[in-house]
Amino acid sequence: MNDMTQTNLERALKIVGSRPARPDGVDKVTGRALFGADKSLPNMLVGRVLRSPYAHAKIISIDTSKAEELKGVKAIVTSTDFEDFPSEFVPNGEMVVNMKDITRNVMAREKALYVGHTVAAVAATSEDIAEQALALIDVTYEVLPHVLEVEDAEKPGAPLLHDDMITIGIEPAPESASNVAKRVEFGFGDVEKGFSEADLIIEREFTTQQVHQGYIEPHACLASVSEDGQAELWCTTQGPFVVRNFCSKLLGFNAAQIRVTASEIGGGFGGKTVVYLEPLALALSRKSCRPVKMEMNRAEVFTSSGPTSGAKIWVKIGVKNNGQITAGDCVLKYQAGAFQGAPVGPGAMCAFAPYDLKNVRAVGYDIVVNRPKVAAYRAPGGPISEYGVESVIDEIAIKIGMDPIDLRLKNAAKEGTIAPYGPKLGPIGMIETLEAAKSHPHYSAPLGPNQARGVASGFWFNIGGETSSSITINEDGTVGLTLGTPDIGGSRASMAMMASEELGVPMELIKPIIGDTNSLGFNFLTGGSRATFSTGTTVVESTREAIEELKKRAALLWEVSLDQVEWFEGHARLISGDEPKTMSLAQIAKQAGKTGGPIMANCSMNVTGAGPSLGTHIVDVEVDEETGQVSIIRYTAIQDAGKAIHPAYVEGQMQGGAVQGIGWALNEEYIYNEKGELENTGFLDYRIPVCSDVPMIDTVIVEVPNPNHPYGVRGVGETPIIPPLAAISNAVSRATNKRFDELPLSPPKVLAKLMHG
Amino acid sequence: MSKTHVATHINGDSYEFLCNTQQTLLDVLRHELDLKGSKEGCATGDCGACSVMMDDRLVCACLVLGVEADGKKIETVEGLSTGSSLDPLQQKFIDLAALQCGICTPGVLVAAKALLEKNKNPSEEEVRFWLAGNLCRCTGYDKIVRAVLEVAAEARNT
Repeated sequence: MNDMTQTNLERALKIVGSRPARPDGVDKVTGRALFGADKSLPNMLVGRVLRSPYAHAKIISIDTSKAEELKGVKAIVTSTDFEDFPSEFVPNGEMVVNMKDITRNVMAREKALYVGHTVAAVAATSEDIAEQALALIDVTYEVLPHVLEVEDAEKPGAPLLHDDMITIGIEPAPESASNVAKRVEFGFGDVEKGFSEADLIIEREFTTQQVHQGYIEPHACLASVSEDGQAELWCTTQGPFVVRNFCSKLLGFNAAQIRVTASEIGGGFGGKTVVYLEPLALALSRKSCRPVKMEMNRAEVFTSSGPTSGAKIWVKIGVKNNGQITAGDCVLKYQAGAFQGAPVGPGAMCAFAPYDLKNVRAVGYDIVVNRPKVAAYRAPGGPISEYGVESVIDEIAIKIGMDPIDLRLKNAAKEGTIAPYGPKLGPIGMIETLEAAKSHPHYSAPLGPNQARGVASGFWFNIGGETSSSITINEDGTVGLTLGTPDIGGSRASMAMMASEELGVPMELIKPIIGDTNSLGFNFLTGGSRATFSTGTTVVESTREAIEELKKRAALLWEVSLDQVEWFEGHARLISGDEPKTMSLAQIAKQAGKTGGPIMANCSMNVTGAGPSLGTHIVDVEVDEETGQVSIIRYTAIQDAGKAIHPAYVEGQMQGGAVQGIGWALNEEYIYNEKGELENTGFLDYRIPVCSDVPMIDTVIVEVPNPNHPYGVRGVGETPIIPPLAAISNAVSRATNKRFDELPLSPPKVLAKLMHG
Repeated sequence: MSKTHVATHINGDSYEFLCNTQQTLLDVLRHELDLKGSKEGCATGDCGACSVMMDDRLVCACLVLGVEADGKKIETVEGLSTGSSLDPLQQKFIDLAALQCGICTPGVLVAAKALLEKNKNPSEEEVRFWLAGNLCRCTGYDKIVRAVLEVAAEARNT
C-alpha cells in the first residue's frame, strides 16, 4: 500500500481536495430522502414499548393477558421471546459489548435497571390501541434502592446492580461483587520519580455530567418477517451489518435470514451503533407475521438509548520551570450506565496522548449505575479525560508564566513518540496544529472586558476495520459504487471523488449508493472516524482493479499485450506504437459484452493503519459576572485531517464537533431527581446549542498525510469534540481568575463559583 | 370518534382529508397525505424539523392541529422547488455543504425562506436568531448561516 500512497501524494490531484456537490444533495434539500421513520408497508402494525418507571426493581411477574384480549393487539413480547447468553465480550468499534448484557438491555429480564428500561413491547393496528395495550400490561415490581453517581456506586454497601459482578483487572480478584466492572491501567516509566524531579506539581479533581449525542432523528425501524422466517429490516443505523448480527443472535435467526437496509440517517455520533427497537420490531413481526413499525419519541431517546458517561476524574502533572513535563498521572471513574462498558479504556489511553512523556500512568474504572447503558459518543471517553489533562496543562502554563501553546509545543508528541497506551506513533500533526494555532490571527487578536482566551488540544486514534465495497462499469461508461457504510455526513461524495480521481472520469458519472446487507461482504459501522479512511481504501482498491480490467479489455481490442496499455485520464492508452492510440472508458464499456462480459470489481479487507488525528482549538469567551452566563465570542478549530478529500465536509466535521463540545462544556447534562427519574427529557431542558448561541466556527485544515491511506486520509469526525471542553473551561478560568473544574459551565454553576469561590 | 373533514391548500394544490381532532398537522402531512419531507425530531416544538408555513406564518407542524389547516394555505419543503429548478436556498445549501445528515434541512430551509421573505437584508445576528428554533446537531450552524446570507446577498444583486 505504501507504493500507491507515494504515487497519489506526488500526483497533481484534480478532484480530491475540491468541493463538488454531494450526490445525495438534491434528495436531502427537497425532502425526498427517506429516513428511519419515513417508510411504510401495507398491512403494517405500530409497535410501542412499555418501560420501567423505576430506577432499580426486581421484575416479579408480567401479566399480558388483559392486553392480549384488547381488539387490535396482534403481538406482545417480553424477555421470554429473546435468547439468553453467557457473558462474552465482543469488540464493537471503540467499544466492547457483551451479549448477556445486550439482551438484557434490549428487554429487561430479572431486573429493571433504569427508568425507561424496556419491559415489554406491543404491536397493534394503531398507535392508540398499542398505547392502551401498554396500560393493560400488569407488571409486578419489587422496588430496590438505586444508585446514580460513581462515588456512591463504588462504596461498600451500595445497592448492587449485578450481584455477580466481580471487578476485572484487579489482582487478586475481589472476593465479593461490586458495581465496579473493570479496572484498566496504561502507561510506563516511574511517575513517583517523575514527580520528585518536578519544580511544580498541579493536582486537581474534575466532574463531568452525562450527556447525549442529541441526534435530531429519533430511533426508528420497520421490520417485516414473513411466514417462512425471512426478515426485512429498514432502520436508521450507523451499521446495518452490525444490526443484522446483533438481531440474528438475539432472535435466533441466521444472518442470511435478515436483510437490513439502512435508511438515510439523521445523525448518530455513535448513538446508532447498537440495537434498541430493531430486535423488538423483528420479534413482534415474527409473532404477528405482519410488518411492524417502531419509533422512539424524544423522551425515550433521552431515557432509553445510549448517552455517554458522566465522570469523576483526578489528574496530577509535574513540570520543570522550563515547561518540561516530568510525569503525568490520572484516575478516571466513568459511569457505564446499567451495564458495564463505559469508554474508560479509550479515555485512559488518550488522556496524555498529545504529549511525549517519560513517566505516565492512567488508571480507569468502569462503574455501573442506574442510568441508561452508555453507547459510543464521538471519540468515546476522550473528551472527558483530555478535559482534565488539558485543564491542568493550562493551569501550569499560568503558574510558570508560559504561553499555553509553547508549553504544549515543548511537550508535543511527534513521529517516534511512544504513546502512553504502548505503540510508537507514526507521523502525526500535534506540532503542526499547535504552530497553525499560534500563527492564526485569532491567537493574537485583542480581547474586550470580561473576555479571555482558552486553548486546548485533543488526540483521537481513529479506527479501520472490516470493509467491503464494489464498483461496476456500466455499458454507457457510467459507474456505480456500492458502499457498506451509511452516509452520515457526505461520505458518498468523498467515495465518488476518490473513484473519479482514480478513473479519470467526471464525478457526475459516478453513482454511489449504500448497499444492504445482502449486497456486500460484512462492513463494520460508520464510526470511529473510519468511513473515509476504510471505505475509501476499498473504493480505491476496487477502482484500481476495475482499471486493470479495462486495460485488459483494451488490450484485447487492440490485440496487444496488457503491458502495452496504460490508463490515463479516463482512457486506455497504447504505450508504444506508431501513432497515439486511446480508447475511452465508455468505448471499452460499450464493447464489454464481446471482450468478456460485464466489468466490475470489489474489495473486501480488514483495513489497518488508521492515523491518529490531533486538533487544537482556540476560543474567546465573555463571562457575565452578574448572571454567570458564558458567551462564545470567537472560535477557531485547527485539525490534522491527513488529507481532506472534500474540504467542506471536513470543515463541517470540525465545526459540528466543536459546537457539540460547546454544548457539553456550557449547557448539556442529564438531571435526575431523587427517584432516579430523568427530569430533562426534551430539547427545551436538555439544551443543545442553537444557532444564536454560537459564532462562526473558523477552521484550519492541517494535512500531515497518513502513510496507510492511498490519499493520506486520517479520519476527522471525532477529534473535534475533544478540545472544546477544556478550551472553554480554560478561557472561563482565565476570564474570572478562578479555576473551574466542573462541567457544564452553566450560569448557576459559574455564578456560584464567582460568588463563593 | 368520528373524523373531521378538512379542506386545505398544500403547496398550491387542493387537498381534502379526514382526521381525528387530536391529530397534529405534522401527523396528517406525514401519515395521511404521505408528505414525509417534514420531520419529527421532538413533537414538542423545540427542534423545528417540522417547520412549515401556514398562511405565510412559520409554524411547527407538530404544534398545529390537522383541523386547524382547514381553509388555510400550507407550504412545506416539498413546495420549495419548481419543476426541476431548486429554490436558491436549496441550491446554496448543496453548494456550501450546509447540511450533513440532512434531517434538519427541510425545516431549516422552510424557516430560512420565511426569513428572506420578511427581510431581504438580514444581518448574521438576525439569521442566527431567526433560525434559533431549528436545531442542527451536525454542522455547528456555520455553513447554514453563510448559505442564507449568500442567498440574500445574491437576491439583492439581481
